[in-house]
Amino acid sequence: MNLKLTTSIAKTHLLSRKKQSSIAALGVTFGIAMFIAMTAFMTGVNHLLEETMLSASPHIHIYNDIKTERPSIVEELFLEKKIIIHHQRPKLEKKNLRNASQIIHRLQEDKRVFGVSPSVSSQVFYNYGNLQLSGFVSGVNIEDEDRLFSLNTKMKEGSIEDLMMNSNAVLMGAGLAKKLNVHKGDRINITTPSGEIFTLNIVGIFQIGIGQIDDVRSYANIGTVQRILQKNKNYITDINLKLKDLYQSKKIAAEYAKTFNYKAEDWETANATILISFTLRNVITGATVITILLVAGFGIYNIMNMTIYEKMKDIAILKATGFTSKDVMLIFLTQSLIIGLIGGILGLCLGFLMSLGIEKIPFNTGGFLAIDHMPVNFAIKFYIYGISFGLITTFVAGFFPSKKAGRIDPVDIIRG
Amino acid sequence: MIVLKTSQVTKYFFSPEKFKVLDSVSFEVRRGEFLSLVGKSGCGKSTLLYVLSTMDTSYEGTVEINQQLLTGKSKDDLSEFRNNHIGFVFQFHYLLPEFTVLQNVMLPALKLAKYSKDEIESRAIEKLKLLGVYSQANKQANKLSGGEQQRVAIARAIINDPTIIMADEPTGNLDSANSKIVFELFDELSTNFNQTIIAVTHDKDFASKTNRIIEMEDGRINL
Repeated sequence: MNLKLTTSIAKTHLLSRKKQSSIAALGVTFGIAMFIAMTAFMTGVNHLLEETMLSASPHIHIYNDIKTERPSIVEELFLEKKIIIHHQRPKLEKKNLRNASQIIHRLQEDKRVFGVSPSVSSQVFYNYGNLQLSGFVSGVNIEDEDRLFSLNTKMKEGSIEDLMMNSNAVLMGAGLAKKLNVHKGDRINITTPSGEIFTLNIVGIFQIGIGQIDDVRSYANIGTVQRILQKNKNYITDINLKLKDLYQSKKIAAEYAKTFNYKAEDWETANATILISFTLRNVITGATVITILLVAGFGIYNIMNMTIYEKMKDIAILKATGFTSKDVMLIFLTQSLIIGLIGGILGLCLGFLMSLGIEKIPFNTGGFLAIDHMPVNFAIKFYIYGISFGLITTFVAGFFPSKKAGRIDPVDIIRG
Repeated sequence: MIVLKTSQVTKYFFSPEKFKVLDSVSFEVRRGEFLSLVGKSGCGKSTLLYVLSTMDTSYEGTVEINQQLLTGKSKDDLSEFRNNHIGFVFQFHYLLPEFTVLQNVMLPALKLAKYSKDEIESRAIEKLKLLGVYSQANKQANKLSGGEQQRVAIARAIINDPTIIMADEPTGNLDSANSKIVFELFDELSTNFNQTIIAVTHDKDFASKTNRIIEMEDGRINL
């Protein structure tokens, strides 16, 4: 009952100065709208980048990292460290994972793992006509690779089945194919690091959406690449895997590195620069939004202070006729919260409209990313955050003036 | 029956320098008395009224209303007590300007919440009729003339059937015709409804017509 009464007094006060109230509410509206629009856009960009990145990068990549810092045989023989070898030359090391089939087997047994794709990768030169381009060829079980990276959905020409059915076949990245000016059905020569030349049939073109991959990579069957490199059936250089929970990657990667004694790199480490840019974008968004809300908050603080100054006599009367300090405080705090609520809801609507507008802006990445408009995230949680921030800001901004109003001594005012 | 009793009420003002504004004031008021507090300006009569009203709590001595000791109670308890037992009429009419006349009268009763909203409304209408300002009930409070506003203020003061009405220069800001009306209303409340009224005034004519006059001088009362 009391709350109903104070609320109705608060409403009457607000309605009696519509202009001031709307200006205060507009401050909140713009703050919240900016918050919604900025977070929608920023997280939209983050999501897009993360998705693109994850669509092409495994959660964990296990490979044989070349180590040049190694104890030399001489040092091992003379343990007293009387002889020290400085500046060793790299020795000839095999790039393969020695017990690959066992590792793959154990990974497939692991319940946390979603899919495993072993591969043999090698640097090659692509020769077509007089043009020679360097790049990579990955020998994979295309079905395993498809399970990890949904290659089937990224085929521009041909299909992954075409690769399965041909032994000397290759799927080529779209950027690479464009540079070489080749299409499905063309034949291409590749030169391996050891100087061998092979001829492969292009059976398909894929586009993952990341230039760094589409411009250099092609896929072949694992057996084909093993043959090109003149290695046996057990020769595996890389194992890519995806987990059921990608945020466990760091922990599990460390575990695998220890168990298998090979380098196991998680996606967060591999893409550290992109992830840092996410964090920085979030910091910038946060700082901007907090500044806007702070300004809106000060606006409300000022208006509430002015209102209370104007309403001194009324406050004195209310207190003289039996309203407690708490009642008076509630009257003004309610006004502030109503401003926050109305301003906030309008802000959510405006923010939504702004997000819709941003989504319509064309955006050309020059083929680097597979989008043509600005990415926008319409997640409901930002709207909940938005209205909460609005209410918290107005609460804080209204709290101190309201408390002051509650403390006004009626005798001082009435006696002048 | 004694409705108000003070004993040895002493109060100081500290700025600009320490000054004894009330000096051991002790007196009693009986139910139904229409009492006026008079004296030269600065004699402490208004100060005494605010001590009696429970709004001013910094004094020595004790104040009892309705056999209830009020000295030392918390501000919120006192607010509640005022709501229930004390009606105010001030020199400047002090209605809430954004509210209608009817709402102004209803507010203290809505705060008390003893009756339902509909009952409060009909009671407020009854009081406005009693004071002859019912025709203005739905007007904005600040659209009324001074005399009308003061009558609305009296209606507001009696809405909760208070033990005591306290009035601070109720006619101080009114012309003689309106002063006369206000006095007659007080007088009517006192005679017909046995309403206790304490009014601070320097209007000699007003004071002379009340039941009892307490004269103050230098913070003391002459009984």
